[in-house]
Amino acid sequence: MSGRTLARVVLVIVFISLLAVPLVMRRLAVRRAQLNNAAGETAALRRYGFHLDEVSNAAGINFKHQAPTLDHQLDHIMPQVASMGAAVSVVDFNRDGWADLYVTNSGEGSKNALFKNNADGSFTDVAAEMGIADLNQPGTGVSMGSVWGDYDNDGYEDLFLYKWGKPELFHNDGGQKFSRVTEKAGLPPWVNANTAVWFDYDRDGRLDLFLGGYYAEDVDLWHLRNTKMMPESFEYAQNGGRKYLFHNLGDGSFEEVSQKAGIDSRRWALAANIADLRGTGNQDLFIANDYGISELYFNDGKQFREVGKQTGVGFAPKSGMNASVGDILNQGKYSIYVSNISEEGVLIQGNNLWVPREGTSGDQIVYDNMASAMDVEIGGWSFGAQFGDLNNDGRLDLYLVNGYVSADRNQNYWYDFSKIAGGNSTIISDAAHWPAMDGRSLSGYQQKKVWLNDGAGKFVDVAQAVGASDVFDGRSVALVDLWNRGALDVVVANQRGPLLVYKNTVTPENKWIGFELEGAASNRSAIGAEVRLFWDGHQQVQQVSGGGGFCSQNQRRLHFGLGNNPHVEKAEIHWPSGKIETIEKPAVGQVYKITESV
Amino acid sequence: MSESAIQSLEVPVRRRFSLDNRYIAPLFISFILLVGHLFYGILESYERTALAIVCAIVTELVLGRIFYGKWLNLASAYITGISVGILLRSPAFWPFALASVLSIMSKYVLRVKGRHLWNPSNFGICVLLFMAPEAVASLSVQWGNFWPPLVVIWLLGSIIIYRAKRFHISATYVVSFFAFAVLRSLITGDAFLAEVAPITGPMYQLFVFFMITDPKTTVQSKKWQCAVVFLVAFVEMLLRLNQVVNAPLYALFLVGPTAMLIEMLSHKEAQKSQNPI
Repeated sequence: MSGRTLARVVLVIVFISLLAVPLVMRRLAVRRAQLNNAAGETAALRRYGFHLDEVSNAAGINFKHQAPTLDHQLDHIMPQVASMGAAVSVVDFNRDGWADLYVTNSGEGSKNALFKNNADGSFTDVAAEMGIADLNQPGTGVSMGSVWGDYDNDGYEDLFLYKWGKPELFHNDGGQKFSRVTEKAGLPPWVNANTAVWFDYDRDGRLDLFLGGYYAEDVDLWHLRNTKMMPESFEYAQNGGRKYLFHNLGDGSFEEVSQKAGIDSRRWALAANIADLRGTGNQDLFIANDYGISELYFNDGKQFREVGKQTGVGFAPKSGMNASVGDILNQGKYSIYVSNISEEGVLIQGNNLWVPREGTSGDQIVYDNMASAMDVEIGGWSFGAQFGDLNNDGRLDLYLVNGYVSADRNQNYWYDFSKIAGGNSTIISDAAHWPAMDGRSLSGYQQKKVWLNDGAGKFVDVAQAVGASDVFDGRSVALVDLWNRGALDVVVANQRGPLLVYKNTVTPENKWIGFELEGAASNRSAIGAEVRLFWDGHQQVQQVSGGGGFCSQNQRRLHFGLGNNPHVEKAEIHWPSGKIETIEKPAVGQVYKITESV
Repeated sequence: MSESAIQSLEVPVRRRFSLDNRYIAPLFISFILLVGHLFYGILESYERTALAIVCAIVTELVLGRIFYGKWLNLASAYITGISVGILLRSPAFWPFALASVLSIMSKYVLRVKGRHLWNPSNFGICVLLFMAPEAVASLSVQWGNFWPPLVVIWLLGSIIIYRAKRFHISATYVVSFFAFAVLRSLITGDAFLAEVAPITGPMYQLFVFFMITDPKTTVQSKKWQCAVVFLVAFVEMLLRLNQVVNAPLYALFLVGPTAMLIEMLSHKEAQKSQNPI
């Protein structure tokens, strides 16, 4: 055999081997997933340190989300347009020390629910008697989500409800009743919003409010002037809703200051979150936009600067649907998780995990997308996600829900979707041009992700092994210790599906500590306050949430897992007022209730 | 993507420019990519595209040295690499490397009568799309949906292809696509504009202007070149009616080599009849 022939034979063998590489990689991935998820309850507890049981029925929670029925001109694509509105937020509305749940509904005439925690493992829907149930009446729009914050510092969390319709503010009257104060607050008559966050952007001790529009505010989805209300581009759209920043004037009214403060965008906002990303004490604002790039606004106290490109988070456009923040590396720095769309062979955007680049900080902070390297990239048509230490091992894990439209299991709308999505703006922006869905699914029946942080720079999906096995169209997820056991339970709101409550059983070997903060000079909800916990060479920072993920709000209590036999050095509390308090050697296994000293 | 521009521009344009004109097409494509990225962020990172280009070039260098005993001109490999870098979308790195290497290798392995059958980047991309759909997708929405990039690519593509004397191929394909869009609209009941939508995306122009016109992997007669791209559009229609997302790429993958083989066979028959034993 001549040298040339031999080389050709080798070449052919190498060529065939390379052709087989994708198959081998796929098989390995499947095998790895099977191994990770081959566990029963006992095995999951032993192997991963926790197990989830869906207990909504046993807890007396029987809630099924209803989607709206919009203008009949959208009938042919109704499932994909009327695809949001299932949302859950956590609040202790009556200050009894037990977390309650507020859940939105979106069918015209449907009722929202406030599940009061009875402290005995059960819940009762008290929304109607409290006056915050019947909020989806025709003509007023339908609910999309809610955030809770004590805007008047009276000690009780007030409710802001954002809708595709008229936004509403309800004052909490001592945990006994809610009073509608929308007009007094000066809120706009109509906003098609999918995100809102309470935060004290100017640190005057009063909670302000960010509200992000999705569809333009002049669009009434029940009475369309025409069908040109869709995004003008799948990844570069700027014909969405405006943004609002309501400055709290302290007398129950708010002044809209977005333009004055430098927030001016018509991207299609789906999620927002706040965090002190630079250590300035000011809360910076991150917005995940559908059909485009994310935006990051540095907060200089009263003025905001958009720095998405400069920081690296606002360059590659995707379909942002979630914004969660968490100190995943125990370095005292926040990373940001943005969910996007991934569908095999059609659109692989991948989710983004923005991690601060080593050596950058302050105004020069730069983020790298580490989602691929840390294995939290592919999550299907991803929606809400939250960071939390699910097994109390001292590292933040990540719970992600997904699935867009689950209809006919055997018919798929993706071909038609991709056909139109790549078209020119004049075509894509007109709903009349979109092919009919005809009962087909679009990224339906997807398995959720419970990504366990291994502490070595990787996350491992253990959803099936630990019991998160539902395949509903997940939207909003919130983490909360519902039964005051020192474990983070998971509540998931599903579009056109049930509200799921996953009760978490955590191995008792792993310890925990909690902090419930109440501001004095700072806003009373202590939203934006941080606790930096130092133990066994770790440092983890967490902040009190004013809303985040997708259309959700976690419990205000901060929950730290500590691992086995921890020695906690100290807890530093950084209040929005700028004050810092330190607790030396706090005891584990308890919740510290701390009021800011004046 | 095509090496046509390099090949066919070579003689007429060389006289007018001092720059080696084999590099005009790669430069144009690089320019489009760069502008697209700077204005639209079409690439999630430069690294993936760079990886695709480097892998294509290294593979070409090594295989060229082994099988031809010389260092080959790298313009063709560069175009293959950049095509993979543009048309393939994946958050992972490995698909870009693998697609590029397979694309170049296909030129050396899948040969008949001294000619390779598949457009290299079309081969590599289709293999990845078919065998690793969980990891890759083709370029779809990332170039925006607005008129300016569409016009820019139409103009640049038209200039390059016209000078390369292959405009008739692109024109035939576009006309066929529109005709079949009418037919698909009648069959599916979807709006005509919905059926036309794909070709209005800027990414589709890359396929129209640069991939289906590759002189190395198209038949030789002008008439049959038009017939073949008509068939590509026809097969694409069949695939689209079966809701195949990457229909144009797969259509070219199926029709292109088949046409080449038929042409080779017909030449052989013609030679036989001219030289009867």
